[in-house]
Amino acid sequence: MYTFRPILMKLVPKVKLSTLGWVGVGMVTFVVFLAIFAPLLTPYDPTRTVGPGFQPPCWEHPLGTNKIGQDMWSRIVYGARTIIIVVLLSTAISMLIGVPLGLISGYVGGLLDRILSMIMDAIYAFPSLILAIAMAAALGPGIINTAIAIAIVYVPTYFRMVRGQTLSIKEQLYVEAARAIGANHMTILVRYIFPNVISIITVVFTLSVADVVLTEAALSFFGLSVPAPTPDWGFDLKAGHPYLLSGYWWLITFPGLMIMILAVGFTFIGESVAEYFQAMEVRT
Amino acid sequence: MTSLKVFVIARLLLVIPTILLLVSLVFFIMRVMPGDPVIAIVGMKAPPERVLELRKALGLVDESGNPIPLPIQYLNYLANLFRGDFGRSLIWGKRPVLVEIMEHLPATIELAIAGFLVSIILGVALGTLGGWKGGKTNSAVKIYSAITYALFIPWIGMMFQLLFAVWLKVLPVGGRIDPGLEPPMITGLYLLDSILTGRWDSFVSALRHIILPSLTLGLVISGIFSRVARTSVEEVMRQDFVIAARARGIPEHRLVIHVLRNAFIPIMTMMGLQLALLMTGAILTETTFSWPGMGTFLFERIEYRDYTTVQGTVVFFAIIISLINLVVDILYAYIDPRIRY
Repeated sequence: MYTFRPILMKLVPKVKLSTLGWVGVGMVTFVVFLAIFAPLLTPYDPTRTVGPGFQPPCWEHPLGTNKIGQDMWSRIVYGARTIIIVVLLSTAISMLIGVPLGLISGYVGGLLDRILSMIMDAIYAFPSLILAIAMAAALGPGIINTAIAIAIVYVPTYFRMVRGQTLSIKEQLYVEAARAIGANHMTILVRYIFPNVISIITVVFTLSVADVVLTEAALSFFGLSVPAPTPDWGFDLKAGHPYLLSGYWWLITFPGLMIMILAVGFTFIGESVAEYFQAMEVRT
Repeated sequence: MTSLKVFVIARLLLVIPTILLLVSLVFFIMRVMPGDPVIAIVGMKAPPERVLELRKALGLVDESGNPIPLPIQYLNYLANLFRGDFGRSLIWGKRPVLVEIMEHLPATIELAIAGFLVSIILGVALGTLGGWKGGKTNSAVKIYSAITYALFIPWIGMMFQLLFAVWLKVLPVGGRIDPGLEPPMITGLYLLDSILTGRWDSFVSALRHIILPSLTLGLVISGIFSRVARTSVEEVMRQDFVIAARARGIPEHRLVIHVLRNAFIPIMTMMGLQLALLMTGAILTETTFSWPGMGTFLFERIEYRDYTTVQGTVVFFAIIISLINLVVDILYAYIDPRIRY
């Protein structure tokens, strides 16, 4: 069945989520809420010394303070901004490179397809974290650079799925019909093939975004993400690690917990979306 | 020629362009860096002799200080790699990178094996339980798989450290063995070496040190195994022979063996695919537990901006992973005749 819904409506495919999926939506929404309303939720500047160092959780500092007396709650809330921005930015870059290349590679075929596929397979075979570390170390710290380093790792994921889908779609009758009535290649790619790869992009996105979160956390844990005073969960986790032996548990517990809430939330959504599309495939 | 031989030859040939692509990728990544790498390493105020020396070490200029064009740099780099020369460290006596890698590799292999064992035992046991019992147990295992997959290794490691090392004080917080107890070097794997040389105090110490890191690494990877084990046991349970066996009154504990044997191929496939993840996981686990392996080594050298070592180590990882993938692919083709390109 093929109906002519406007393309914009198709950008958001209709998906029914399971209970687990909704739990995931709740967890992610919580983090996004913190990120958006950060200034309203925090009484302190996350980059300033606002109290004594190593203060355990108390009334003024609900999650305690770190070595130089920064308020952990403020850092956690603003840290949500950092990770959400990096994740969105890097995903957008991955899509912007991976999706068009996948479309063209699958549609044109031949030598171009061979070469592109080979490069993408090589990147794909690389252990993702090591590639991201190498990229981030080479590019230097900063939000944009971190996003680029992570994005490169996930380009092949989008490329492979979109290319595969394009290969099967271009054999469809309606594509042949479009060609018969004189549509040029650009029109066929944009109007006929692209709308039909959107659902696969959604699945790839929901399945890989948890990985992106963990990669960002790992890079900032290695000190390769945003520079020092910026609140960042992975960085705070690393910064609190040396004081573990002193029993300052609040320095490591909360940043890590936040990373987990975001990653597990996205995983739940991804599982649920993938399950839905699998069920759809079985039905048709 | 049989199709297996054709496959093996084709696969062997494919590994050459793959490795070439990967090492080229690393080379160009290291060169796209904005700004001057040498200034980044030694700082703006470094004396010109030191800068020149570093440029030579990085292969950017020749002996007389003239810049080498990028294509020539690239060819030199490939030629060196081909001879097994991964470059020399920029610090600490300019030791060959390969020698340093070899010193740290056994620790990583030991941790990876231990973590792998933990993950298989945990994953297959839970997955089989879920697929077998179905219903609520199955859903619980499903959630377990999803959560463990999304765990952040350093955080889980630190929580273990906090609980078992700081609060309960039953296990060491990090390191590989108590100082002075290192067994004589045979394989480089402390657990194995201490058994081979009969040093039980070393063995106990090494074992106590490896528990928390391997548990951390194993827990995170077990989610993938429990997922595969669960779905493939579920599938086997639906087959006719299971119904027939049950109808004949074969006890459940004997049936499990038959089901597992049939469910094993997908589980094994997954094991091969997870080696890359195991490497990545090991890096994060090592830095959390100060485990003196490749991960800690890489991390330390990134902090010191030891460029040649970082590049050499990343190239080494790339080659190892390509070779592992090669072996895994050929093994599968051997086991399952349906797998051919």
